[in-house]
Amino acid sequence: MNAIEGRAWKFGDNVDTDVIIPARFCVTLDTHELGLHAMAGLDEGFATKVGRGDIVVAGANFGCGSSRETAPLALLGAGVGAVVAVSFARIFFRNAINVGLPIIEAPSAFAECEEGNLFRIDPGAGAVTNVTMGRSYQAPPFPTEIRQIIASGGLVPYVRRRLGKTSVLDLSGSHE
Amino acid sequence: MSMTLAEKILAARSGREAVVPGELVTCRVDKAMATDITAPLSIEVFRKMGASRVFDPEACILVNDHFVPAKDAAAADFSAAMRAFAREQNIAHYFEVGRSGICHALVAEERLCRPGELFIGADSHTCTIGALGAFATGVGSTDLAAVWALGEIWLRVPETVRVILEGSLRRYVTAKDVVLSLIGLMGLGGARYKAIEFGGELLPALPMNERLTLCNMAAEMGAKTAMVPPDAVTAAFFADCKIAIDGAPLPDAGARYARTERLDVSLLDPQVAEPFSPDRVKPVSAFRGVHVDQVFIGSCTNGQLEDLRAAASVLRGRKVADGVRLIVTPATQATYMKAASEGLLYDLAEAGAAITAPSCGACLGGHNGVLGKNEVALATTNRNFRGRMGDPTSRVYLANPYVAGATAVAGTISSPEDLP
Repeated sequence: MNAIEGRAWKFGDNVDTDVIIPARFCVTLDTHELGLHAMAGLDEGFATKVGRGDIVVAGANFGCGSSRETAPLALLGAGVGAVVAVSFARIFFRNAINVGLPIIEAPSAFAECEEGNLFRIDPGAGAVTNVTMGRSYQAPPFPTEIRQIIASGGLVPYVRRRLGKTSVLDLSGSHE
Repeated sequence: MSMTLAEKILAARSGREAVVPGELVTCRVDKAMATDITAPLSIEVFRKMGASRVFDPEACILVNDHFVPAKDAAAADFSAAMRAFAREQNIAHYFEVGRSGICHALVAEERLCRPGELFIGADSHTCTIGALGAFATGVGSTDLAAVWALGEIWLRVPETVRVILEGSLRRYVTAKDVVLSLIGLMGLGGARYKAIEFGGELLPALPMNERLTLCNMAAEMGAKTAMVPPDAVTAAFFADCKIAIDGAPLPDAGARYARTERLDVSLLDPQVAEPFSPDRVKPVSAFRGVHVDQVFIGSCTNGQLEDLRAAASVLRGRKVADGVRLIVTPATQATYMKAASEGLLYDLAEAGAAITAPSCGACLGGHNGVLGKNEVALATTNRNFRGRMGDPTSRVYLANPYVAGATAVAGTISSPEDLP
């Protein structure tokens, strides 16, 4: 995966899926349309302000609440490049891995971040740099099985391979 | 090796002698459930995966519950996509509007999950089903599509937190108050990634509907699942449908728990969670006098027949206060019919309630009672995050059905004991 560079948008603890994408907008599978309402519960203007590749930096238990996969899809649709948080709620964690939204657990990166700081992230290596502050952070590596899904480009190509449906589209995947 | 109930089920489903917390295991799935809000994305992803048939049509459950009867054209299209998929795949357990209900209540009612099973649902409150002694956990749409395709799922074996409930409940105090109190103590995310295993002397006194409520809101603590080990109440619940649960797994005596929480429920008052988080919990008396615009009774947490009986016991012969709207949504079609034949719907309607078809509806701000700007509601639901039931400026208080009934009558947050 390529490095991501963008400005930090800082949020607190327990950012829930109802504020990431309110349920009333969850009747579409169009990622761009979902992105128009990303973070609408906390900041209605977020989608128009956020730049492509920008980073959401948040506290503990990010993505708690419902199982809606439209939450990571809305963030992707809005152009968010990655989410750096103290910790993630479990369904959001799985969903983000599955749809290919880079997520990184880095508590100090949250603590030392100010809104608008420039971040550089290497999701494959779990490396986070706050360029503005001149600080670097290293997330603990994911377990092997999860790394395989990430390296495959998400759960879809991973399952395609398991089903023997591998096509040229899936050549970016890892070796099992 | 001694194991908790969660570990025992995951060991059996992954074909291992034993599992330990932290391990990632691939498990065979017994049941896979999705709803009108999550299935359409699962279907699209299932196709992208190159899959053509679900692993077992008998093991799949598809439920129309979130936005039904269709709240708008887009919701109608979502249901249509699920309906077509159910037909194409010969899904055994497809529930159409008018024969459906909120998925978790429906699964319990139809006995679609048995003790010891691994139940995967594309809905965060799937942990509700743990009340039946199963390992039931929520996932997103892509994970569910992978289950359809492969019949299996990877899971991290969770540590188990044991929650011992001691004492007995006072009048107007319910499992809702017990779980709200626990959420207040443990915090949002206080059981993140953990399995919760309930025990203690309160359990034999808790009927199945109350156990479902108890396990339901484990989601609000971030838990992966919550479970009640099968006992005489469980056996009787299945015996009602001529199903024996002999041989259902139980936790081992020497099982290792991450920690044990004890709660004496004897002195508990009805609890209320204030905006904007289910862990902002205080006794109802702390909110006395707070004006509400709407009271909502329903949801997978408190939309069952017993909940409607509780609300009706307070509302019967009384009127909903001026300036307040009361909305009642029975959880399932069967609940709706029983509530009708018992006269509960008449009593509630006579008091001034608007009764809707079974749906998740107002709980998630879908339809049938969405809140406008600055409106305040008291609801028997499970989440009160900002904008959960409508406009981001609206505010939701969570409580049990007795408190909901009393609040509708008084127009301000009240317990039945506060009513004249």
